Amino acid sequence: MAEHSNEFVRVHGKIFTKPFFVLLALSLVGVFLIIVRFARGIGAVTNLSDGYPWGIWIAYDVATGTAIACGGYAIAILVYIRNRWKYHPLIRSAILTSLFGYCLAGFSVVVDVGRPWNAYGFFTPSRWQPNSAMFEVALCIMAYCVVQIIEFLPSVLCVLEHGKMKRLQKVFYYFRPQHTTRDEAMVETALEWVHSAVAWFHPKFNNLLIFIVVLGLVLPTMHQSSLGSLMLIAPTKLHPLWHTGFLPLLFLINCMYMGYSIVILESIISSFILKREYEVKELSGLAHIIPWLATAWLAVRLGDLIHRGQVAAIFRGDFYSLFFLAEFLLLAVGSLLLFNRELWTSPRWLFITAVMMLLGGGLYRFNVYLIGFNPGRGWHYFPSLAEAMITVGIIAIEILGYQVLIKLLPVLPNQHLHRNIAPAQPHKLPCVAVRG
Amino acid sequence: MTRDGLLPNYTRRDFIKTCVAVSAMLGLPASMVSKVAEAAQNSDSRPTVIWLHFQECTGCSESLLRSSHPAVATLILDMISLDYHETLMAGSGHQAEKSLHDSMMANKGNYILVVEGGIPTKDNGIYCKVSGKTALESLTHAAEGAAAIISIGTCASYGGIQSVGPNPTGAVGVRDIVKDKPIINIPGCPPNPYNFLSTVLYYVTFKKLPELDQMGRPKFAFGRRIHEHCERRPHFDAGRFARAFGDEGHSQGYCLYKLGCKGPATYANCSVLRFNDGAAWPVGIGHPCIGCTEPDLLFKTAIADKVQIHEPTPFDSYAPIDLKEKGKGPDPLTTGVIGLAAGAAIGAGAMMAKKLPDGPDKGDDRGKSD
Amino acid sequence: MRNTSRREFLALLGATGATLLAGKASGETRELRPINDTELGMLYDATRCVGCKACMAACKRVNRDSGGLSYESAPFDKDKLWDAPTDLSGSTRTLIKLYKSPEKRWSYVKYSCMHCQEPSCVSVCPVSAMTKDKVTGIVEYDKNKCIGCRYCQIACAFNIPRFQWERKAPQIVKCDLCSSTNLKGKGITACAEVCPAGAITFGKRGDLLKDAHDRIIANPGRYVSYIYGEQELGGTNHLYLAGVPFDNLGLPNLPNKAPAEFSEHIQHTIYKGFIAPVALYGYLCVRALWNRKKAESAGIQEEEE
Repeated sequence: MAEHSNEFVRVHGKIFTKPFFVLLALSLVGVFLIIVRFARGIGAVTNLSDGYPWGIWIAYDVATGTAIACGGYAIAILVYIRNRWKYHPLIRSAILTSLFGYCLAGFSVVVDVGRPWNAYGFFTPSRWQPNSAMFEVALCIMAYCVVQIIEFLPSVLCVLEHGKMKRLQKVFYYFRPQHTTRDEAMVETALEWVHSAVAWFHPKFNNLLIFIVVLGLVLPTMHQSSLGSLMLIAPTKLHPLWHTGFLPLLFLINCMYMGYSIVILESIISSFILKREYEVKELSGLAHIIPWLATAWLAVRLGDLIHRGQVAAIFRGDFYSLFFLAEFLLLAVGSLLLFNRELWTSPRWLFITAVMMLLGGGLYRFNVYLIGFNPGRGWHYFPSLAEAMITVGIIAIEILGYQVLIKLLPVLPNQHLHRNIAPAQPHKLPCVAVRG
Repeated sequence: MTRDGLLPNYTRRDFIKTCVAVSAMLGLPASMVSKVAEAAQNSDSRPTVIWLHFQECTGCSESLLRSSHPAVATLILDMISLDYHETLMAGSGHQAEKSLHDSMMANKGNYILVVEGGIPTKDNGIYCKVSGKTALESLTHAAEGAAAIISIGTCASYGGIQSVGPNPTGAVGVRDIVKDKPIINIPGCPPNPYNFLSTVLYYVTFKKLPELDQMGRPKFAFGRRIHEHCERRPHFDAGRFARAFGDEGHSQGYCLYKLGCKGPATYANCSVLRFNDGAAWPVGIGHPCIGCTEPDLLFKTAIADKVQIHEPTPFDSYAPIDLKEKGKGPDPLTTGVIGLAAGAAIGAGAMMAKKLPDGPDKGDDRGKSD
Repeated sequence: MRNTSRREFLALLGATGATLLAGKASGETRELRPINDTELGMLYDATRCVGCKACMAACKRVNRDSGGLSYESAPFDKDKLWDAPTDLSGSTRTLIKLYKSPEKRWSYVKYSCMHCQEPSCVSVCPVSAMTKDKVTGIVEYDKNKCIGCRYCQIACAFNIPRFQWERKAPQIVKCDLCSSTNLKGKGITACAEVCPAGAITFGKRGDLLKDAHDRIIANPGRYVSYIYGEQELGGTNHLYLAGVPFDNLGLPNLPNKAPAEFSEHIQHTIYKGFIAPVALYGYLCVRALWNRKKAESAGIQEEEE
C-alpha cells in the first residue's frame, strides 16, 4: 500500500447541501438568461453598445476570471520549476479551480461573441491572422483548457483505479430494482476491468505528464501577457494611466500574484466551510512570495508612469485618478502587510491580504478593459441586470462544480498525512477519504 | 378631307416643332429630330393603325383628343393611317366593318393594333359584342395580323375598373389573352396622351419597341415613381402634411401622403408632363394620386388608404454632432442590486475575517478530533 | 534557499523587462509600410456639401441587401416614412450631420469608414474577417469569417465599425467603398456617383490629395488649411476638407502614428519566429526533469500529483 500515497482525499459529506441549492438556483438563472441571449440577440440582454463593445463579460469573465484561475499556473511554477514540493498538496485544488475558471471563461466567450458558428476559423489556416493578439489568446486558452483537463486526470484515474464508485452503483441499481447475484457479479467484473485498465495506463500517463505540465506553464505565460497586449491597439481610447507598452509584462506579473492569492483565499474558505485545518504551513510560504511579485509590479507601474510623464494624472482627483489610486493602494497596502512575517501564519490576515491583492489586481484588469476605456464623448456603459446575472450564474457554476467534485474525487490534501498521524482506518483503500 | 382643308394654318415650322417636342419627350438627342420628322411625314410609309374599343369609357381616346403636339388631326392625317377607330372614323355600320376587314387583309403582319378597354372572358365573352362578334373574338382575330399591340389605358393593360372584384364579366387586359405578339402597355386612367404618341412615333421611327419594364410599360414614361419627382416632395421630407381636405396644410400645398396619395408606389410621369398640355395634374391641384397606372392600386385600394414606403429616404433634419447620450448607462434597479450584492459580499467577508483565527494555534480545534 | 529564489526571480523579471524595453527602443527603426497613394479613396469637401443626404439614400439603397442593412425610424415616425439614423449603426454605413457654430458658420460632415493605410481593425481581427485589399486598399468585411468578437470596434480610433446588437445573427457594418456593389458595376462608389454638389470625389489617393491641395491654394479663405486624413494614424484613404476646425465636426485629433504598428511591433518582438515560447518550453522541461530526478533520488515518492 506504500506505493500509493494518500496525499489527496475526498471530502466526506453530503453533496446536496443548502449552499448547493443556492448555487444551483443562481446557475439556473444564469443558464436561462444565456438562452434568452441566444434567442433574442446580445442587445436584448446586455447594455453593450458600439462605444463599449466589451463589457463585464470580457472584463470580468475573461480578463479577471482567467487571472483568478491562475492558481494552477502559480503553484505549478513553485512545485515543478522551483522544486518546492511542500506545496504539492495544494496543486490539485489549484488545478481544479483553474480548470473551471478557464473553461468557463471560454464558455463566456462563446456567449459573448456574436457569430460563434464561425469559430472554426481558428482552426482554418487560411483564416489565421497572427498579428492579432486575440488570435494567440484564443488558441492558447483553448489549448490550456485541454492541458488542464489532462492535468486533472490523475484524481479521476485514482478513483477509477481504486474506488468502488458506490454512488454510481447506487444509480445503476436504481434502474434495476430486482437485481440478482448475476447483476452484482457483472458489476464486480466491470469494476475489475476498469481497475486493471487504468492500472496499466496510469504509470505511462504519469511519465508523460511532466511534458503536459510544462506546456501548462508556457501557455499561460503567453496568453496572460497577451491579454494585456489586447489593449495595446487603443492608445487613443485607453487612458494614459493604463495604456503602455508594458501592458503584457504587467498582466503577466499580475496573474502570478493573483494566482497565489486565490490559492490562499480558496484554501482558507474551504477550510472554514468544511471545518478542516487551515493549511497555514503552505500558505505562509505563498504569502512570502506575493509581496515581492507585487512590489516588482508596482515598480514597473510607477517607473513606466514616470517615464511617460503621467504622474500628474495620478493626483488629478478625477474619475480615472480615483480608480488608479484604488487599484494602487489595495495592492500597495496588501503587499506592505504581507511583508510582515507575523501575519503569514494568521488565517485572518492571510484572508484579508489575499482579498486585497485579488481586489486590487482584479481592479487593475477592470481598469484596463473597461473603466479606463473611453471611446469618446457621450458613450456610457453599465452592465444590465441580466448581464450581471449571467456572470454571477457562471461564477455559481464554478463554485458549484468545485464543491461537488471535491466530494467525488480526491482533490483536497490529506491533512492527517501532514501531521504524521496514521489514518484512522488504514485498511481503507487509498485515495478514498477518511474523514477529511 | 385634305390637309389644307382641315388645317390651313399648320405650317412646316409647326410640324418641325412638334417633332422636336416629341423627340425630347422620348429622350432622344436633338440630332434625331430630322429622322423623326422624316418618318412622320413620309406618307407613303405611314404605318397602319387599327384601334379597337371594348369595355371602355373612351376616356383614353378623349385624352388623345386633348393633345396639341401633335394634334390628333396631324397624327391621323400625316403620321399614321388610322384605318379603324369607332369614335373618330366617319363611317359606321357595315361600311366601317368592311374597312376594318379590308385593312387587316391589306396590311396583314404590318399594322399596329391599339386596344382600348378591357376584354370580358366569362361565358365566352358575350358581355361585349361589336357587330355580332365578341370582344374576345375580335381581339384574337385582329391580333393575328398585328405587328405589335399597344394597350392604351389601364383597362386594356390590366383589366381596369370592370375587373375589380367580383369581376362579373371576367374582364382582363390584352396581355392575358394575346401571348404571341409584342405588347406595349400604356396604363393610366386616362394615360397622358403624349406617352402614347411618343411610343407610336418611336415605333414608326425606329421600327422597334422602346425599352419596356417588367410590366410591359415603356421605361421613358413609367420608369420612375411619382414620389421621386413630385413638387411636393420637400414637404414630405420635412414632415409637412395635409391631414384633411381644406385644412391649413392642404391650402399651403403640403404633401398629400396622409390623404392617401399613392405616389410612392406609382410609376408614371404625371408630375413631369402633367395633363391638358401641362396645365394641371392631380397632386398639383390638391388631390392625392390614386395610382391609376398600377394594377394593384387603382380601384383595388381606397383612395384614402396610405401606402407603405418601401425605400425610405432620410428625414429633413440633422442629428447633432455631439449626441449627448450614447450607449446604455446605469439604471436604478441594476445599480441597486449590484450595490446590495457588493455590500453583502463585503459584509460576509468581514464576518468571516472576524471568525477566522488570528494565528496558527489560536482559534477552534479543527480536524483535531478523530 | 529563499533568498536565492527571490534573487533569481527578480533577475528573471529584470531580464524580461529589459527585452521588452530593448524591443521597444528599436521600434522606431522598424520597417514602416510606406504610404500607398495608388489606393482608392474619397475626398469629402464639407464646403461643397449641401446636406441633401442623397449619399445616405444611395448608399442604403445600393448596399442594403448585400450589407444586411435596414431602415431606422425616428421615434415620432409611426408610419415608418423616413430613414432617420442619428448615428452610424448596424444599419447605416454613412451619415450626414450638421455642425452649427455660434458665429453662424455652418458645416455639414459625412461619416464613413476612413479606409486607413494601416488599419487597426485589420491588424486585430483574429480570423481575417477584416482585410485590406492589396491593390485597391479597400478595407473589406467578410461576415462569413467574422466571429463577432467586436475587437475591431475596440481598435478603431474613429469608432467606425458598428454592430447589429438587436439581431440573432449580428454582423459588423461599415462602408466598404461599395466594393461588391456599385464599384463592381459602375467603377465608382454610390455616394460619389449621386452627389449633386460635387462634394464627394472618388479616385486614387494621390490624385485626391493633389486636388485637395489645389483647392486650398485656389481658395484659402474657404478652407481650413489642412487635409484631414493625410497623416492621421499613418494616413487614411478617406480625406476631408472643411471650412471649420475638424474637431468641431466630430473628427478627432489623432496622432500620426498607426496604433497597429505599435502593437504589432511588441507582439512580434515577443513571438518572432515562435522562438521565445519554444525556448521557454525547452528550458522549463529541462528544469522540471532535473527536479524530478533530484526528488526521486532523494526518496520522495511523488508518482501521483
